[in-house]
Amino acid sequence: MSVTPFLVLSGLLFSIGAMGVLVRRNAIVVFMCVELMLNASNLAFVTFARQHGNLDGQIAAFFVMVVAAAEVVVGLAIIMTIFRTRRSASVDDASLLKY
Amino acid sequence: MTLSEAVFVKPEIAYGRLYPLLIVFAVAIVGVVVEAFLPRGLRYSAQLVLSVGGLVASLVGVVLVGRNLPGHNDGTSMGSIEAMGAIAVDGPSLFIWGALLVLSLISVLLFAERRLEGGVTAFAGQAAATPGTEAEREAHLQGVEHTEVFPLMMFAIGGMMLFPASNDLLTMFVALEVLSLPLYLLCGLARRRRLISQEAALKYFLLGAYSSAFFLFGTALIYGYAGSVQLADISTAVSSRVGSSALLLTGMGLLVVGLLFKVGAAPFHAWTPDVYQGAPTAVTAFMAACTKIAAFGALLRVFYVGFGGARWDWQPMMWIIAGLTMAVGSVFALTQTDIKRMLAYSSIAHAGFIITGLVGTQQGLGVGANEITSLQAILFYLVAYGFATIGAFAVVTLVRDAGGETTHLSRWAGLGKEAPVVAGVFAFFLLAFAGIPLTSGFTGKWAVFTSAWAGGAWPLVVLAVLMSVVAAFFYVRVIVIMFFSDPVGDGPTVAVPSMLTTIVITAGATMTLVLGVVPQPVLDLARQAGEFIR
Repeated sequence: MSVTPFLVLSGLLFSIGAMGVLVRRNAIVVFMCVELMLNASNLAFVTFARQHGNLDGQIAAFFVMVVAAAEVVVGLAIIMTIFRTRRSASVDDASLLKY
Repeated sequence: MTLSEAVFVKPEIAYGRLYPLLIVFAVAIVGVVVEAFLPRGLRYSAQLVLSVGGLVASLVGVVLVGRNLPGHNDGTSMGSIEAMGAIAVDGPSLFIWGALLVLSLISVLLFAERRLEGGVTAFAGQAAATPGTEAEREAHLQGVEHTEVFPLMMFAIGGMMLFPASNDLLTMFVALEVLSLPLYLLCGLARRRRLISQEAALKYFLLGAYSSAFFLFGTALIYGYAGSVQLADISTAVSSRVGSSALLLTGMGLLVVGLLFKVGAAPFHAWTPDVYQGAPTAVTAFMAACTKIAAFGALLRVFYVGFGGARWDWQPMMWIIAGLTMAVGSVFALTQTDIKRMLAYSSIAHAGFIITGLVGTQQGLGVGANEITSLQAILFYLVAYGFATIGAFAVVTLVRDAGGETTHLSRWAGLGKEAPVVAGVFAFFLLAFAGIPLTSGFTGKWAVFTSAWAGGAWPLVVLAVLMSVVAAFFYVRVIVIMFFSDPVGDGPTVAVPSMLTTIVITAGATMTLVLGVVPQPVLDLARQAGEFIR
C-alpha cells in the first residue's frame, strides 16, 4: 500500500491549520487550528512508522496526544480568563500591547 | 525493531545521573500537593523553603554528577546517554543545568518578594476573579495570594533542564511543552495591570502553540527521512545522504521555527516585546534569562549533533537569521518608550549575537589549547547575559508609583538624583548589555565573536560589532535620561525592597562585574564541559 496519499492528506491538514491560525479571529478557532496541525503531525508520524516498519512513530503519536491534552487545559484556561475580562474571544480585541 | 518482532524492553533509568532533573520535578509535584493540603497561611513559607531547598539540592547533584562524568568513546568529550537514549548527560548539559539552577535560585527570590506590594507577592491574588470586580477587590482586601507560582516555576525549570539535554526529538518536544505551558500561565498572573498581563499570556500561548506545532511537524518529517527520532540516527542518515533531501530540508526548516521562536530570533520574535512587557516583572526576568539558555542549548544540540553533517544546508539560513535578528533587535529598540519593552528588544539583539557564534561552528578539533569552541563561548555568553538580565529586571521592580511599577521611560527621568545607587546599578547592567569592557557583556561578546571569526563568519562579526554600536546608543540614552535630565513633576519613588530582591540585584551586579574582570574560572568551566556527545 502506498503511503503517499496519507502524507498528502497530512500535509493538507497541516496547511489548513497553519492558514487557519493566520486568518481566523476567534481565539478558540485559532486554537482548534493549532490542534489540527498537531493531528496532522500525528498522521504523518503513523504513516512514516508504517513506511519504515518500526514503532517509534506510533509511540510519538501517543505522546503528542497527551501533550495536546495538556495544552488544551492551559489554553482554554487562558482564553476563558480573557473572555471573562473582555466579553470577547476575538484575538483582535486584545490590543493593549503594541509597537 | 520491526513490527513483527517488537519485544518489550525493560527501560533502564540511571537514577545516579538523572537525579538533579528528577529532584526538580519531584519538588514541583510536592508543591502541588502542598497547595492542596496545607492551610493558606503556611503555603507561602512552605513553598519558598521547598523550592529553594529543591534547587539547592539539585545544584549539589549537578556538581556531584559532573565530578565523576565518564569519558565518552571519542575521547574528546565526557558524558553518557541515559534513559534509553532519551537524555544525554554530558558536559554541556551539566553546565547548562548548573547555570539554569543558579539563575532560577535567584529568580525564586524575586518571585517571593513581598514587601514591594505591601505584604503580598506580585502575583494576582485570585487569578480567577475578573479584573475590576467585587470579587477581585475582596481577594485583595483579604490579602489572598497565589502560591501556585512556585510549583509552576519548578515545572518550567524541569522542562528547561530537560530541553537542552534531550537526545531525541520527541523528548525535546515534550520538554518544550513542559517548559512552555507553565510559563504561559505565569505570564497571565500579574497583580497589577491584569489586562495587559492576560493579553500577554494569550499572545504567548497562541504563538507558542503555533510554533511548537511547526516543531512537531518538522520532527515528523525528519522521522520520515531518518526512520528514527534519535539525534545520533538522524546524524548518521544525514551524513550518508539516504532518503529524500526534500524531506530533510523541509523538516529541518519547520523544526528550526519552533526553536528560534523560543530563542526569540527574528522573524519569530514578534511575541517577545509584548510578553516581556505584559508579564509580571519577576516572570519576565526568569523567562528572559532561563528560557534563552535552555532554548539555545537545544538549538545547538539539534544543529551540532543531529544536523552537523548538513552544515552547508543550514548555515546560509543561520547567516540570514543572525543578521536579521541583530538588526531588528538593535534598530527597533531605538524607538521604544517602555523600559521592559526596550529590554525585550535588547534580548532579541543578544539572541542575534549568540546565533553569530552558532554560525561560526568552531568545533573541537580545530581549536588551539587556549581557544574555546563556539559552543563553549555561547555557554559563557548565556551565563553572563542571564545574570545581567535578571539583575536589570529586578531593578525595574523597584521603580514605582501609586499604580505599581512605572516602566515608561519618561518617568525614569532624574532617577539618578532621586536614588543614585539604584540608578547606578541599572546603568551598570545597561553598560554590560552594551558590552563595555570590565563588564561580563564585553567578555561574552569577545568570546563569541572571536570564535565566530575563527570559524570564518567574519562578515557577520563585522555586522555584529556595528549593531553593538547602534545598541550602545539606546542603552546610553537611558543612562542620560536617568542622570542628566530633571525629574518631571512627582517622579516615581524607588521602593526599598526586602532582603530577597536585594540579594538578587547584588548577585546580578557582582556576577556581572566578576565575569567581566576575572572571567577565567567560568571560561575554564565551560571549556571543561567539552562538547556534546552523540
